Amino acid sequence: MIRGGVHQSLAHESAEKHVTGRAEYCDDIPEPAGTLHAYLGVSDVAHGRIVSMDLAPVLAAEGVVGVLTAADVPGANQISAVGAGDEPIFPEELIEFHGQALFAVIGKSREAARWAATLARVEIEPLEPVVSVGEALDQGMPNVTDPLTLKRGDVDAGMSRASNTIRARMEIGGQEHLYLEGHIAFAIPGEDEDVVVHCSTQHPSEAQHMVAHALGVASHSVVVNVRRMGGGFGGKESQMNLFACVAAIAAKRWNRPVKIRPDRDQDMASTGKRHDFQCRYTVGFDDDGRIEAVDAELAARCGFSADLSGPVTDRALFHADNAYFFPEVRLQSRPLKTHTVSNTAFRGFGGPQGMVMGERLIEEIAYALGRDPLEIRKVNFYAEGRDVTPYHQQVTDNILDRIVGELETSSDYQARRNAILEHNAAGGIIRKGISLTPVKFGISFTATWFNQAGALVHVYNDGSIMLNHGGTEMGQGLNTKVAQVVADAFAVDVDMVKVTKTTTEKVPNTSATAASSGSDLNGMAALNACEQIKARLVEFACESKGVEADQVTFLPGAVRLGEDEIPWADFIKSAYMARVQLSAAGFYKTPDIHWDRATGQGRPFFYYAYGASVSEVAVDTLTGEYRVERVDILHDVGKSLNPALDKGQVEGAFVQGMGWLTTEELWWDSSGRLQTHAPSTYKIPLASDRPREFNVELAEWSVNPERTIKRSKAVGEPPFMLAMSVLEALSMAVASIADYRECPRLDAPATPERVLMAVERMRASQ
Amino acid sequence: METRNHIRFLLNGEEQRLDKVRACDTLLDFLRLKKRLTGTKEGCAEGDCGACTVLVGRLRDGVLRYEPVNACIRFLATVDGCHVVTVEHLRGPDGGLNAVQAALVEHHGSQCGFCTPGIVMALYALWMEEPQPSEAKVEQALQGNLCRCTGYEPIVRAAMAAAEHGLPEADPLVQERAGVLAALEAMRDRARVELGDAVLPGDVGDFAALYAEQPEAIVVAGATDVGLWVTKFLRDIGPALFIGHLDGLQGIDDGGDAIRVGAGVSYSDAIPVLERHFPHLSEYLARIAGWQVRNMGTIGGNIANGSPIGDMPPVLIALGARVALRRGKEQREMPLEDFFIDYGKQDRQAGEFVEAIVVPKPEPDVLHAAWKVSKRRDEDISSVAAGLAVTVANGHIANARVAFGGMAGVPKRAEQAEAALIGAEFSQAAFEAAAKAVVRDFEPLSDWRASADYRMLVAQNLFRRFWAELGAGEQARVWA
Repeated sequence: MIRGGVHQSLAHESAEKHVTGRAEYCDDIPEPAGTLHAYLGVSDVAHGRIVSMDLAPVLAAEGVVGVLTAADVPGANQISAVGAGDEPIFPEELIEFHGQALFAVIGKSREAARWAATLARVEIEPLEPVVSVGEALDQGMPNVTDPLTLKRGDVDAGMSRASNTIRARMEIGGQEHLYLEGHIAFAIPGEDEDVVVHCSTQHPSEAQHMVAHALGVASHSVVVNVRRMGGGFGGKESQMNLFACVAAIAAKRWNRPVKIRPDRDQDMASTGKRHDFQCRYTVGFDDDGRIEAVDAELAARCGFSADLSGPVTDRALFHADNAYFFPEVRLQSRPLKTHTVSNTAFRGFGGPQGMVMGERLIEEIAYALGRDPLEIRKVNFYAEGRDVTPYHQQVTDNILDRIVGELETSSDYQARRNAILEHNAAGGIIRKGISLTPVKFGISFTATWFNQAGALVHVYNDGSIMLNHGGTEMGQGLNTKVAQVVADAFAVDVDMVKVTKTTTEKVPNTSATAASSGSDLNGMAALNACEQIKARLVEFACESKGVEADQVTFLPGAVRLGEDEIPWADFIKSAYMARVQLSAAGFYKTPDIHWDRATGQGRPFFYYAYGASVSEVAVDTLTGEYRVERVDILHDVGKSLNPALDKGQVEGAFVQGMGWLTTEELWWDSSGRLQTHAPSTYKIPLASDRPREFNVELAEWSVNPERTIKRSKAVGEPPFMLAMSVLEALSMAVASIADYRECPRLDAPATPERVLMAVERMRASQ
Repeated sequence: METRNHIRFLLNGEEQRLDKVRACDTLLDFLRLKKRLTGTKEGCAEGDCGACTVLVGRLRDGVLRYEPVNACIRFLATVDGCHVVTVEHLRGPDGGLNAVQAALVEHHGSQCGFCTPGIVMALYALWMEEPQPSEAKVEQALQGNLCRCTGYEPIVRAAMAAAEHGLPEADPLVQERAGVLAALEAMRDRARVELGDAVLPGDVGDFAALYAEQPEAIVVAGATDVGLWVTKFLRDIGPALFIGHLDGLQGIDDGGDAIRVGAGVSYSDAIPVLERHFPHLSEYLARIAGWQVRNMGTIGGNIANGSPIGDMPPVLIALGARVALRRGKEQREMPLEDFFIDYGKQDRQAGEFVEAIVVPKPEPDVLHAAWKVSKRRDEDISSVAAGLAVTVANGHIANARVAFGGMAGVPKRAEQAEAALIGAEFSQAAFEAAAKAVVRDFEPLSDWRASADYRMLVAQNLFRRFWAELGAGEQARVWA
């Protein structure tokens, strides 16, 4: 057996470099002599018109080389990720959020540029900002992009048929990515129009295109490189554009290398986050808790521009059903413009917000009927004959019955729930809650053309292999997994395979490493490249050794040719001597998917990933403080490419999701200033916040029925939503105050304050 | 007094001698920009994420102690006479990975890897102290380290398994300890260090004299607050007087009726003594900041900066603590609550500094509680913090001292609530009455940490919690 083939638990390819501090991030790249540093000057108001901008004091500051404003952009002053034309690098007149870049200072040191950026005298005519979703709805703010409606059946008829209906509202907070490595770009000018940009980005091709547009040059003049990111989570899918463009413009203007790295506060204030939503829903159901109809509007705070808000709010609708069949349904999105930073991609990409609303519907029904929410879930799961989604895709691969059944048993859900009911009946200060929630998550970019990938594989004549693919490494282990695929294809130890930095020079026109698609797409593209090389090797073997193709076998570290077994390196050397091409560009596009947004119908997803979790919490009803006591997870990654890394994704996603739904609160003041802009004020989970007992299993029996890479399934996003069970367990503990007769309607994030206020509401309704 | 115009310290295996050090230069920038030791990362530049964690070894009473600290807010000048150890210096006995690094690799404890060097340094410090730590101990050691990828599970597993990969005895740094100790001893001259806009006084008397002469100077002890003035607000802190190294502000004397804690004593040094005398403070103190900040931040600094949300003042006020102040050679003491006059205003003369905190030892019949309520359990600033000391005699409340943080512009006693308690029967009714009375004591603010309504409700409920826990004996906290 080879070391590090597919389905093996192999350490992250950079693990030793991580622990020794030798892993190189963008800010660690040695700076050539003469490197300059850029820093952004940003707006101190959320909405206003620039009356005048006096940058003389900035230019007069020590160590300042120059400034850049809108007038200094040689090409298009525009970085909209979707070509909406609504996102200038620097505004000419209109300021639309607090923290918006107005100009950049270029200095001999970062310290000099950063200090000088505070010296500008900007006169602004203030305008009233619209900050929250509620305000945007009340004031009739426009959408930043076309809304979507998903419709099936006759929702009005469904509602009138239903013996019960509930109409309510839920607020769901946003989330800061808080990647530990903030945004950074480092541009090095070359000859002619060339520039190389090192950038912490999930989407090098987009950064390349944006820089080309901003410079007014062709894409072939711009190279974007990324070896690794210190975390991305969606926050570097489009938000790097600003930094990449500023660095590149300055590098060309002064013909010197230019680096830009905002501090944490600027990073958080000036770049987008997960969208917060306000969901207004009506659900009709029968007396058994079976849903008859769902009518909902999901309004999102998109910020000042479209960015990726269209596909994000689309995905919220795609996932509002989570795992449940809605017989008659109408779901509408409202991608609202607000005077806040433009919200963007974040793990789950709107899906989590839709699913949290979907699970709230279940809770509403359960409390209305006095039933265990798990019973309500089960009667509403997709099943034969009840298997068409609101977007008209048939669910054919549902394995939730088995996952939920196994988890219910392994977690001892029923007995623990009974014990909790008994504990709460005693009426103490500490109340407990337990919840089992499922996850069904659709895999593929809903923008169908993004579902393509390329890879470049070189076999050198000593047998070593260099692998390059279009995906980016942000910690998820993509490079490790793709290397395992290549090692497996050639039957060599994974140590023979080196994955190099992602660069637009080697693989063009890549898609963002996003939508959980990294290994699905790039693994297949790399495999395709390997197969091309292998086909040439087999042909060479047949010709040179006179064997038939079926007599050529790639054994671990060797190739069998009939009776002969030749070590890999020798075989490759002989192939080279015989002038066999040992390099190939691979390509892959996901088959069988299509989506017509105009009609709201199609098969946008190649397959679904599933999972379920059980969370138990204890809540202090005097302060709202809580502790997550135990979590059990059973998650589906198909036939895992690397169980250790996949488990790491599941654990990490859960805790990140738990943070989103509990302590991570974004707080804007009434003038539209984000006041939680650093880890001192924005609280992501710590080691001591993780569940006291945490049992995570992969569904080892699961095999992707679709022909994905080694029958694995995507893992980046789906487990994030496993954390919904924490929110609902908190909800149950709160509901115990009023003997579970009322749905507590706990909004997210369920901070201790929200929990205590919900407890108070329950007390008041007693 | 002897003076010098440079600092000297050990960086990994090499002695450094620097004379162009500004008050606002940070250790992190020195490491990354001047020495290109890029394993140490900047994540937040405010001491909250731990990506910049390095070890600082310092001599105290002839003992060399290594502590993890945040290089981002540690001023370079303050490592004078210390041994700074960065991730680049770590290695196993065979020159390969050390035990903590090997365990992290084996347990898949890194994903993006950016937080990892900082986590390695914190866990390495823990492993040197306690090679086989409990889970609780690991969590406490990681209170100052954020990881956004792993959910911490594999990191905690690795920390608990590190001893399987080696024990500290064979660790190169441990083996080199005698040599380092000798080198640091040789550097120690108790001279005043003058560095342009910063001075490290030679001793407390020197500091007192310097500060009296130059009362506009910024006094910096642990720098866990002042560090942010520089890294976040770009303030020039010169002229600065760095006092964290002064032995004369370090001592803890608990020989008499009171515990006298020198103003320069770090949280880490104060905690064991305080919790020995006041077991009720144990959980409270363990939730203050992260390990790195506890190693730098001082009890005196937490009081001197006058913050309304400092963790120590409410509990110390409840304990009847007094603050000892000094200006030049003049010394005076006052009840701690009197030190806090108004938001941003303390009873402190120009050139006067906090020299010590004096906490009377506990008396019998006093029931104590100290609680902190925050959005996140650990390493968070309180929404509400409270110290309660209730003296019960013959079934009645003979005395009550209750102080809150986060409820007003200063840490402040709840006089109306105290009045409701004093003289009442020790009963649920008394604490209900106090819960109603406390509404008249405070008008809290709303901000991103908590709304005014929540703060008030929590303040009220903490009286109910007091009765439930200390009167009725009910479990009233989720982490009790």
